[in-house]
Amino acid sequence: MSTNFDERDSAYGFEREYERAGMPGRGPRRMQRRKICRFCIDKVDYIDFKDVKLLQSYTPERGKILPRRISGVCATHQRMLAEAIKRARNIALLPYAAD
Amino acid sequence: MAEKRTYEVIFIIHPDAEDAEVMRLTEAVQKIITDQGGSITKTEMMGKRQLAYEISHKRAGIYVLLEVDGSGKEIAELERRMRVNDRIIRYMTVRVDEDRRRAEKLKGRRARKAERRPTAGKAKAEKAASDEGEAEAAA
Repeated sequence: MSTNFDERDSAYGFEREYERAGMPGRGPRRMQRRKICRFCIDKVDYIDFKDVKLLQSYTPERGKILPRRISGVCATHQRMLAEAIKRARNIALLPYAAD
Repeated sequence: MAEKRTYEVIFIIHPDAEDAEVMRLTEAVQKIITDQGGSITKTEMMGKRQLAYEISHKRAGIYVLLEVDGSGKEIAELERRMRVNDRIIRYMTVRVDEDRRRAEKLKGRRARKAERRPTAGKAKAEKAASDEGEAEAAA
């Protein structure tokens, strides 16, 4: 099972995935499991630390920053997000730690 | 080099402060900035809100946001004054001009990219998705 098929192959990514999705035992939800950066879709260039609602959706109960392997946020936006969350924490808009 | 910078100054006033005191403090802050040669481009009273954690035994505070244009000198002076003012329980200054320039740049880059290869991002995203699926199946 190749997790590192290269760019050349990835051009056919869609067809390959489609084929596999039809195979038994592969899990029926495959096509929906695709994670795409929400900020890229919305074309966000700057994440404001005052936008508490938005930031809260990336800090689960404990108040930690949601890792991007869970949220699917791209590296660039994860960096912006982390910075914004840290700023919000400093000014008590978000908790450092919640219990 | 007297370059112009833009800052966002946000500070929290003691929750027991009356409206008049909030106004007085805000005006005092604005005066410090203008006296030092800076200018205020925006003042926003964010009002009283719950703090996410206790700051010197207080659970709430009155938030005020300012946007300041200046050289950085007035910020130094302002922070010095705010540090000693016990009615201001927390303050933070963020330099925003660089981030905004960067946002502009990203915007421009995205526009150019969209012109060149309208579907460039798509194949990549699909690859990532299928990799994810495989990891899941292996587990």
